[in-house]
Amino acid sequence: MSKVSVKNLYMIYGNHPKKPLALVKEGISKEELLEKTGHGIGVNNVSFEVEEGETFVVMGLSGSGKSTLIRCLNRLIEPTAGEILIDGQNIVGCSKETLLEIRRKKVAMVFQHFALFPHRNIWNNVAYGLEVQNMPLEDRRDKAFESLEAVGLKGYEESMPTQLSGGMQQRVGLARALATDADILLMDEAFSALDPLIRKEMQDELLTLQANMKKTIIFITHDLDEALKIGDRIAIMKDGVVVQIGTPEEILNKPADAYVKEFLQDVNRVKVVAASSIMKKPDAIVSSKDGTRVAVRKMKESGISSIFVVDKDRRLQGIITIDDALELLKQEIHSIESIIIDEVHRTSPETPIIDLLPTAINTKYPIAVTSEDNRLIGIIVRVSVLAGILGEEDSDE
Amino acid sequence: MNKIPIGDYFEMFIDWLMDNFEPVFEGIKSGILWVIGGFETALLSVPSLVMIAIISLIAWKVAKRRVAIFTLLGLLLIDNLNLWDKTMESLALVFTATVIALVIGIPMGIWMARKDGVDRTMRPILDFMQTMPAFVYLIPAVIFFDLGKVPGAFSTIIFAMPPVVRLTNLGIRQVPKEVVEASKSFGSTSKQLLLKVQLPLATPTILAGVNQTIMLALSMVVISAMIGARGLGEEVLKGVTQMQIGKGFEGGVAVVILAMILDRITQALGTSSTK
Ligand SMILES: Nc1ncnc2c1ncn2[C@@H]1O[C@H](COP(=O)(O)OP(=O)(O)OP(=O)(O)O)[C@@H](O)[C@H]1O
Ligand SMILES: [Mg+2]
Repeated sequence: MSKVSVKNLYMIYGNHPKKPLALVKEGISKEELLEKTGHGIGVNNVSFEVEEGETFVVMGLSGSGKSTLIRCLNRLIEPTAGEILIDGQNIVGCSKETLLEIRRKKVAMVFQHFALFPHRNIWNNVAYGLEVQNMPLEDRRDKAFESLEAVGLKGYEESMPTQLSGGMQQRVGLARALATDADILLMDEAFSALDPLIRKEMQDELLTLQANMKKTIIFITHDLDEALKIGDRIAIMKDGVVVQIGTPEEILNKPADAYVKEFLQDVNRVKVVAASSIMKKPDAIVSSKDGTRVAVRKMKESGISSIFVVDKDRRLQGIITIDDALELLKQEIHSIESIIIDEVHRTSPETPIIDLLPTAINTKYPIAVTSEDNRLIGIIVRVSVLAGILGEEDSDE
Repeated sequence: MNKIPIGDYFEMFIDWLMDNFEPVFEGIKSGILWVIGGFETALLSVPSLVMIAIISLIAWKVAKRRVAIFTLLGLLLIDNLNLWDKTMESLALVFTATVIALVIGIPMGIWMARKDGVDRTMRPILDFMQTMPAFVYLIPAVIFFDLGKVPGAFSTIIFAMPPVVRLTNLGIRQVPKEVVEASKSFGSTSKQLLLKVQLPLATPTILAGVNQTIMLALSMVVISAMIGARGLGEEVLKGVTQMQIGKGFEGGVAVVILAMILDRITQALGTSSTK
């Protein structure tokens, strides 16, 4: 028996969703329905099964119905017709009590914007799902602490959500979902609001956790790289309809229609893999105020021959080389200002790596990945451009 | 075209209410009287200096020291003007009206926040309650409850209730949708959602409503004196009707002092709850 099984699911937005159902089943288009009846199609005749321990990814353009679909699975949105079986039990039209029980014990959700409770400290956020089940204070506290430890947030139990960075807040979101021991996780663009590097870190973390936990995960994303990385199977949605379901290979090799093909253009990796996915954390950097001695030490420590210089706001000033720095040291000049080379190659995190290739071949220095306001957010060394093009992801680890 | 007799209909409606619901009004009347009496006894049972110390201490605890000093000096001035008893009478009326307005208004606001239909019907009613000149409430209030403190409290309640209803509604609706979804997705009952998430997050907004309700209630002190609610309003009114300008001014000063104290204390409550 599948863990989650969705059969002919429809969800129609509007005041009387059942009325236009027949029209929708006859295949009326979204626009026509809206014009005729003022109703919108959220989910249109969707069926799929998710096996225990599987990570099932749903992709699609904005407005294709992904959020609507995932919210039907715990009935945050009321389906209009169809069946949703969880462990064989149909939750469409089930009693209030059964629904509460399912939400408390079987299905947990992680949200795009984290949706932490701002008035509760971290462990009380994590314990929320247990608290509503009236678990005694001591027990739920223990569980919350355990869950926080699992996501690497030991020591933050008493902090408030606003004191944590985005990545940490989403770890709390994840810990909250894990704390109830629900074995189905619904994740609606759970990592989309995070910076590229943090996002990658969270994906890795999820994979590690998943290797031990064997949860059944339904994961929504816009991002093909993310889908390929974490999905066992991928469903592609368009206008409320699932146009194809398959393993990444199946989808890549036999796209069902032009819409899917369009997605797959992205899979021409070099064209689409963005600079952000091959960049490294800028660990070794110096501040323009640092002295020559510090710069030399940092380069020696990291075994590199050049190092980026940033100001106190992390804005990129340029790069200095070990040779120049050693020369300064000899002359006993302590300010590195005079040797900063400002002709560094800069690129945005979205730049496709293929566009970086000419630069990578010609430059002596690493490429700086900067934000719009010139803040240094990552470093790309030449080899990772080549490795990225060859498709070896994570060559930097 | 003939004039539509809205006024006549209104009179007929009031008569009908009187004929059919007299016992209800009697019940309401004794209820309100009981609450006012309670507050008056509590406020006047201790000597004025002790009460001044208590109120100043409260101001010091919840607000800044400046507010406490102002409270102390302001209340001492009122005592010195021989207006202490009248001030406490007015305060009892304001408290009574506020408490009843909150007891009805907060649940009403919650109901509006939960049901869009209720929201749509209540909005115009609240607009009506708030913009109708307060004097208009005096007449039916007198018909229902005779002269005295009760009709004063009644019209004050009607006039002062809209802000707390509105802001309770607003505060709950302002809770981010995803946060509400998070609460539901973990299996909260609607009561748990309300008590553990919506109300705590709406508290600063609700307290802003409470503050406005108290201020409006205070603004009714003089008006309700016209139908015999006594207190500070009576002093001010005497100033106007009997040309005792000095007396009227003193009463007015006492009202202003009271207003500022209540405003600063309730505002401080609101900001401290956001932290
Ligand atoms: N409350 C609503 N009332 C009416 N129509 C809605 C409502 N919410 C969503 N829709 C419509 O339903 C469709 C599916 O929306 P949904 O939010 O599920 O898309 P999505 O795939 O999650 O998009 P995104 O990637 O932007 O999050 C859209 O056309 C949207 O306009
Ligand atoms: Mg969405």
